[in-house]
Amino acid sequence: MAIKPRIKLPKTAAIDEVVTVKTLLTHRMESGRRRDPDTDEIIPRMIVHTFEATFNGRPVVTFKPEGAVSENPYFAFSLKVPEAGELTCVWTDDEGEVFEGSKSIEIA
Amino acid sequence: MNLSRRRALALGGAVVTVSLVPVNMALALTEETQGVIDAFTGGAAVAEGGVTLTMPELAENGGAVPMTVAAPGAVSIVIVADGNPRPEVITFNFEELSGNSEASTRIRLAQTQSVIAVAEMADGSFASTSVEVSVTLGGCG
Repeated sequence: MAIKPRIKLPKTAAIDEVVTVKTLLTHRMESGRRRDPDTDEIIPRMIVHTFEATFNGRPVVTFKPEGAVSENPYFAFSLKVPEAGELTCVWTDDEGEVFEGSKSIEIA
Repeated sequence: MNLSRRRALALGGAVVTVSLVPVNMALALTEETQGVIDAFTGGAAVAEGGVTLTMPELAENGGAVPMTVAAPGAVSIVIVADGNPRPEVITFNFEELSGNSEASTRIRLAQTQSVIAVAEMADGSFASTSVEVSVTLGGCG
């Protein structure tokens, strides 16, 4: 695990307020369609194939990116805050590596 | 025929208007694109509207084109790029706490093309929209 993913959301919110969450992961997202210029062999696909966000264990979103999502994938989505707690984001890639990050939010 | 400047301009305007209208109405999709959409909808009818797909009209770098989709009440949205070698781009699933079913990311576009968003609503119906994006430099490497 190299670089920690970045998650941005407001520090505080009102109950049932809809806030925007922005996330960024450093990942090469190799599409599996490029050829190595020297050997002319296809570079195997190596992408994040699942992104999941949960809040206090309750599901928020699940995204299924394909090879057409840009490298260093950026995902933004809305979250309806039910209570104070912690948002957890999990990225899983083709080599089975799991990236995880969380951020807490208070009720103002 | 002797065209006055005014007539020539009016004619030109008419041609532009006509060519702009049909884009959203009858998209000629590739078989692969249609296949991805059918797999998502199960062959159900898809209505126009109810989905907002925001992308730049002109993307200089096809390697990272910003994209935002919103469909209030949607449980799932699939993004399909008609001119990419593999058309499926991403599927967004919205669950219990997802607020207003809105998501953004950055995508790769190989060439100038239509990008289509198909949303599945909570009641099981489907809605779609599409935008045309001009790409200066393709981004599928």
